Amino acid sequence: MNNLTTDPLPTRRAFLGRASMGFGPIALASLLQSDLLGVQPAVDGFPNAPATVKRIIFLCMAGGPAHLELLDHKPELEKRDGEPMPESFTKGQQIAQLQGKQLRILAPQHPFKRYGQSGQHMTSLLPHIGSIADDICIVRSMQTEQINHDTAHTFMNSGFRLPGRPSMGSWLLYGLGSESEDLPGFVVLTSEGGSQSQPIAARQWSSGFLPSVYQGVKLNSAGEPVNYVRNPTGISRAMQGDVINAVSELNELQRSWTRDPEIATRIAQYELAFRMQMSVPELVDFSNEPEHVLELYGTRGGDGTFAANCLLARRLAERGVRFIQLYHRGWDHHNSIKDGLPVSCGYVDQGTAALVKDLKRRGMFEDTLIVWCGEFGRTPMSQGSNPALLGRDHHIKGFSMWMAGGGIKGGHSHGATDELGYNAVEDVVHVHDLHATILHLFGIDHTRLTYRFQGRNFRLTDVHGTVVRDILA
Amino acid sequence: MKIALAVAVAASLAGGILQGADRVEFNRDVRPILSENCFACHGPDANARQAGLRLDRRDDALARGVIQPGDAAASKLVQRVTHSNPLLAMPPQMTDKVLTDSQKRILSAWVEQGAEYQEHWAYLKPRRPDAPAGPAAIDFLVGRQLAANHLQPVAEADRRTLARRLSFDLTGLPPDPAVVEAFAKDRRPDSYERLLETLLDSPHFGERMAVHWLDLVRYADTVGYHGDVPVNIYPFRDYVVRAFNENKPFDDMTREQLAGDLFAEPSPWQLVASGYNRLSRMTNEGGAQAAEYLTKYATDRVRNVSTVWLGSTLGCAECHDHKFDPFLAQDFYSMAAFFADIEEQGVFSGNAKWGANVRVLAPRDREPAAAIDRRVAELRKRGQGKLPARPDSLADFSAYLRDDLVRWRVLEADRVWSDCEHPDFNQCERFELQQERDALVRVALTGEEKPREAIYRLETELGDGVINALALELFPTADFDSFYVSEFEVRLLGRQDWPVRLAMPTLLPDREEPGSMLRDTLDGNYQTGWHGNWEGDGTRVAVFGLESPLRSRAGERLQVTLISNPRSGTSLPARFRLLATDSAFPELPAGGALREAVLADGTRTPEQAEALREAFDRIVAGNANWREIRALQRRKKVLLDRAYESLVAKAVAEPRTVRVLPRGNWMDESGPEVEPQVPQFLGPVSTAGGRLTRLDLADWLVSPDNPLTARVFVNRLWRIFFGTGLSKVLDDIGSQGELPVNQELLDWLAVEFMESGWNIRHVVRTMLLTETYRRSSEPSEDLLAKDPSNRLHGRQAMARLDAEFVRDNALAVSGLLNRTLGGPSVKPYQPPRYYEELNFPKRVYEADLDANQFRRGLYTHWQRQYLHPSLMAFDAPAREECAAERAVSNTPLQSLVLLNDPSYVEAARSFAARILREAGKSDRRRVDFAFREAFARPALPEERQVVLGLLNRQRRHFAAEPDRAEQLLATGISALPSGFGLTELASWTGVARALFNKHEFLMRY
Repeated sequence: MNNLTTDPLPTRRAFLGRASMGFGPIALASLLQSDLLGVQPAVDGFPNAPATVKRIIFLCMAGGPAHLELLDHKPELEKRDGEPMPESFTKGQQIAQLQGKQLRILAPQHPFKRYGQSGQHMTSLLPHIGSIADDICIVRSMQTEQINHDTAHTFMNSGFRLPGRPSMGSWLLYGLGSESEDLPGFVVLTSEGGSQSQPIAARQWSSGFLPSVYQGVKLNSAGEPVNYVRNPTGISRAMQGDVINAVSELNELQRSWTRDPEIATRIAQYELAFRMQMSVPELVDFSNEPEHVLELYGTRGGDGTFAANCLLARRLAERGVRFIQLYHRGWDHHNSIKDGLPVSCGYVDQGTAALVKDLKRRGMFEDTLIVWCGEFGRTPMSQGSNPALLGRDHHIKGFSMWMAGGGIKGGHSHGATDELGYNAVEDVVHVHDLHATILHLFGIDHTRLTYRFQGRNFRLTDVHGTVVRDILA
Repeated sequence: MKIALAVAVAASLAGGILQGADRVEFNRDVRPILSENCFACHGPDANARQAGLRLDRRDDALARGVIQPGDAAASKLVQRVTHSNPLLAMPPQMTDKVLTDSQKRILSAWVEQGAEYQEHWAYLKPRRPDAPAGPAAIDFLVGRQLAANHLQPVAEADRRTLARRLSFDLTGLPPDPAVVEAFAKDRRPDSYERLLETLLDSPHFGERMAVHWLDLVRYADTVGYHGDVPVNIYPFRDYVVRAFNENKPFDDMTREQLAGDLFAEPSPWQLVASGYNRLSRMTNEGGAQAAEYLTKYATDRVRNVSTVWLGSTLGCAECHDHKFDPFLAQDFYSMAAFFADIEEQGVFSGNAKWGANVRVLAPRDREPAAAIDRRVAELRKRGQGKLPARPDSLADFSAYLRDDLVRWRVLEADRVWSDCEHPDFNQCERFELQQERDALVRVALTGEEKPREAIYRLETELGDGVINALALELFPTADFDSFYVSEFEVRLLGRQDWPVRLAMPTLLPDREEPGSMLRDTLDGNYQTGWHGNWEGDGTRVAVFGLESPLRSRAGERLQVTLISNPRSGTSLPARFRLLATDSAFPELPAGGALREAVLADGTRTPEQAEALREAFDRIVAGNANWREIRALQRRKKVLLDRAYESLVAKAVAEPRTVRVLPRGNWMDESGPEVEPQVPQFLGPVSTAGGRLTRLDLADWLVSPDNPLTARVFVNRLWRIFFGTGLSKVLDDIGSQGELPVNQELLDWLAVEFMESGWNIRHVVRTMLLTETYRRSSEPSEDLLAKDPSNRLHGRQAMARLDAEFVRDNALAVSGLLNRTLGGPSVKPYQPPRYYEELNFPKRVYEADLDANQFRRGLYTHWQRQYLHPSLMAFDAPAREECAAERAVSNTPLQSLVLLNDPSYVEAARSFAARILREAGKSDRRRVDFAFREAFARPALPEERQVVLGLLNRQRRHFAAEPDRAEQLLATGISALPSGFGLTELASWTGVARALFNKHEFLMRY
């Protein structure tokens, strides 16, 4: 394969050089614009506060992990196992699949234990994550507003329940741009295993009303890593380069007689596309990863597993990608918490911990934010009638998550639910607050990052959101 | 970048206009400042109002004493916005809003000049400004504004550019190069008009216009939520295409889409149109809460109808009164109440039945079905009376029969005699024909000996009327134990002695004896006939349908002849009468058990029901008309069985209760109940006729009193043909939208649109006949400097093609495009496993491997959660919500699509073959041909050089590695063009790819 230095493409510098000769101020202005493309911010002035992190790896545990088995221990549930759930909790509350059913308390189905020097209290099912307990901050008082997967993901990603709003990653790119020169700034990876896989809509990484350059790009686990990134069959990189070169020359010619400001941008985008055709395959080529790293993650890479995606996430982080989002579709335990939950945990435990450790080793932990979070949690009440297959339903009034990395207090926990794990009651953290905090860590005042749409200034946090200072280091 | 630039432009333009006018104008200068900075706390939303002050209405503002008209210094408003103490300055620091000095000056000047308010421009009825008629009005109003800003418009575009522009704007397709050349040379003064009309008449006009409308009403092929499963509603898309192609007036389009199901007798297409109400997202997720999703569906509809027709963000009033516009939360829910009659479920059943639908034929079946309908109508018309709508239905049949019974009338003969002139019939002396009551005719024997044969003749005088059938009703007598009818003849006397041709007769009850056939009574041979024994029940009825309806005039006479010539014995019909009917369904005369069966209706015995069933089978099958109708309907059923269902709106008797939901919380039932009503400040619509319906809503939307609908529509049309709306924000012309840069023009267009009868094509034609439209898109230095965003239209816009048209263009130029209109959505190539993240059920995308692969982009299967990636790359919206305007992005993903998507590779290969086949032998000519096809212009020498350079490099590559040529050319399902060397074809494919990737290919200038 050719390397970049022998590419037949003229460099952008060459374009700029040519452009400065005689195309007049407009052409030059548009060229300068084009220099700001794709992975660059659209607004000036951000960060507008000190930033502690440069990038985020958002591990989305899609389906809704059972916080009462994983991160929020409630002995009271054990005591009252099988008893009716007191109506004082549930009356008038939203409920998903348990509509019209008898509501009975379900004891935690798996033991908890203490981890690390901080003594973080967590499930025994996640020993690897337990080994980084002193690095993570557990939040046990999360709340969201949407009780079905599709809308809850939309809310978690965009702060709105309606489609058409930008997701977190798009907001970050809009405000900060990305540091990657040849990869999209917002990349999504998916894996599954452990329960039925709930669908995930491409809306979740949509740029909504923001310009589409800020849209997330999903990397495929098999086939072409990015749609259309491979040359047509039979076309070598040199031949592709010839075509692109001719295209750019033709576009250059056209630019000499027309004032279409988009031509310069188009030329730059072809250049970027051609670089992506090189960088993406290189990105997903794990052959230069040393054995001990592969062992750490427990994967050879490229197999579509969550662990492989964690390794890929690190590689993306290294390459300057701003927002890396991993979905693991495997936490929707309406049944079989007993047998199913360990399976899900097994899929994500080692990879997650390896990612944190790997980032630490490379000195990237301090400027990376890692978030481990579902779109909601699960009920204290059981679902199902077969005692061996009991599960839990969707729950939005109180659930848990954790964060780690730059600016986050490690070995710390924040907030609490009531004695039955139903309502977040202490230091409640709403999704809007999570968003405000994430933006804060990037040095962005969440009330300032706005975009005008349908006659008003929209922001990720709508008109809400408070930075959760307690969890900040 | 883009955004910053746009803001700068608007500011510079506004500044430019301001300089020319000393007088501050509220709507232009003041309202934007107040709306942006003050209304949130001092505006329409009573719950958010601070200090009891509202500044959006003059009376309120003056009443609170913050404005002293004519005295800025004494006005608290001015004092506070200019206050030096940041704690007292308005807007407050916490709002992050800061007034610029020039804004403060405007406010101050406004108060000084008397603080006059104007109602928001968009809520005042548009008035036609003084301007010449027709297209000249547009040029006049645009020109006046250009002149006021000391700007000179550019000249008309060259002919080829114009031809290409018209073609893309009106059909979304590239022009035929031959048409371009002819147009370039056409010196007739009306050559432009001719081309315009040709393109307006193209069936692709509807396709082009539909793309925009489908974005607005969020048409898609899947339900959107959860499993995002397919739903059948593509006929709605075809309705939209047809509506534009038929130039259906926009007010009718509005009524049909909002309320087609509420029409008195909706046509299938009107029902299809009512599917508009079913385009919102739906769920079938197990754990979804029905009440929550019913609320989601309701609010979805309010957002859509208010954005599409009113250009208003009524959606903002879901949780609170609107912050900027005078919409109340109550208005939001009153609007929702219009749709509360739509039958639906909050959570549809797991196996996804999505509610009421109508069956719609596949496009290829539509003409055959229409032909069947025409023939059936003809057959029925021949019958003149009404036929049951569905002869296959027994219920209809008996209802019809019941109705039909009364239509038979007895024929009272005024002359009755037996005829003995024929030598074989000479026994007249043995009997007399006597007339009894009820038109009965009886054979009275004169002696012991019974006649063996006879000819009866009966005559009756006719009035003006129609006879479709005659019946002969036979009754038993003691004198004969059997009957024999050899011939039955009818003649019309009067105009001429005119035999009436009778069709296949029918017998009731159906009890023909062996060897006896009723039809023998019509064969002209009296040696054969219909006969039977008088056993069992009483009467026999023979019905003779007329081959064509007999239209009689008063004074004409009908003569009926009945010949009885039994082969042996004595079997004269001895008691009988004649009946006639104008019914188109003449088989059942009065009398007989069947009559009783029909009349029994509710109390029908099983035997009677069975008799009816039998009669139905026999009669319907026995009548020639009916036989054909049935055959036709069987054929139609085949077509219908393979038809598609399309979701429609269906009104329930009891609309759901709609309440104002406090903070939009669907679980809070404390809010007041509301009835359907339009927003209070624009209404109300009288409820004298009872609860308002969707039809009332539609009527109001397109009533001449509605100030918004026409403006919103023409503003969007302007965006399509001129690049930017006259009011730039296409989904909000409210307080936070943009004051139109040329409001007189917008209003002129709106009035023209309404007064033309909401004639879309008229307005399009008017816009496109202007000089403004025909201008070059190349700006002058001056325009670029003073109006860089081209808001004053001193030049045409440079527009990137919409996502669908990008691929349509490649397919058209390559010759692969399949121009079929309408039908089920199609599936072009798509990256494998693109639907991997969909579930319930898991899905494998199967691309169409036939001619459907090459259909236009608007027919692409629209998967809301995973829109086709190449459409998405070029900014097609997912259509989960209303999209009034598509983004126009320019991204590396677009480059990857054009370079590597097999659709484009295959199109390039086909284009290469066309170049080799159609362009002559020399490379030069071929390059020229390729440019004319792709860009509607010849290549320039420098361009030719670049292309030839590429061609030769590609040739070298492929010559060195011929395998690669073979691999490249294997892309796609269309047949590999034969007769060319692989290297040559592959090399030209490379050239074609380069042309498809050239920026110009995506643009309309």
